[in-house]
Amino acid sequence: METFFIYSGITLLLMMAPVFYRIIVGPTAIDRIVAVNVIGTKTAVLLIIIGMLFDDVAMFVDFALAYALLNFIGSLAAARYFNKTRPAYGAGSSGKGEMT
Amino acid sequence: MIINILSILLMAAGLFFFLGAVVGIVRFPDFYTRMHAAGKGDTLSTMLITGAMALQVLHHFDWSHWTDLFVVVKIMAIGVLIMLTSPTSTHALMQAGYDDGIEPVARPKKKGIVSLDDSPGGDTELTPSATRIAGDGGGKGKGTK
Repeated sequence: METFFIYSGITLLLMMAPVFYRIIVGPTAIDRIVAVNVIGTKTAVLLIIIGMLFDDVAMFVDFALAYALLNFIGSLAAARYFNKTRPAYGAGSSGKGEMT
Repeated sequence: MIINILSILLMAAGLFFFLGAVVGIVRFPDFYTRMHAAGKGDTLSTMLITGAMALQVLHHFDWSHWTDLFVVVKIMAIGVLIMLTSPTSTHALMQAGYDDGIEPVARPKKKGIVSLDDSPGGDTELTPSATRIAGDGGGKGKGTK
């Protein structure tokens, strides 16, 4: 069962790599923020798996809870920041944000 | 034994749905469809994997370490918290993107679906903003500044 959790964690970590592709080449800024949000959520899950592997879930579950909360707050702050204040397609691209 | 098998099944289902979310995030052509994949697959896979973890902690439970019950409750709390917060943040980010004027990649017309990437740019049925975004950054690798 330990081996299964080790390989589950490795699989979860490997499946985070294509999301990094979306962070790097995402055409809009909000694409990048969504990918960061997905990775943060999966990191909170991965922390529980790490705690299970270290036989100390009681400590790591608090880390995961705090990480999930901070991830949510960060996403909401980024959504408020990018709401009508920044152009969607990167900085310096001549005011596409003011079209509404 | 039953609990182990159930936990393995939950974990495999969670990894499968996360694989679906990853494929959607990477391969979908549009901002809104990518948000759709991220919001749904990520939430469901997180709930399934936290369920597997809670079952596994409950499997190793004995009354000499009775505080492990709080660990189970906290793991379920993480699942419920992410069930509440992930669609909320996805909705907020999608609202921000909509207010920024990100156009969808396709729009319904009289004759079915026409993609913006297929239009040569001088199509008069499209709004100017739509052609501008499709020409600048909407298309895949087509002249992104």
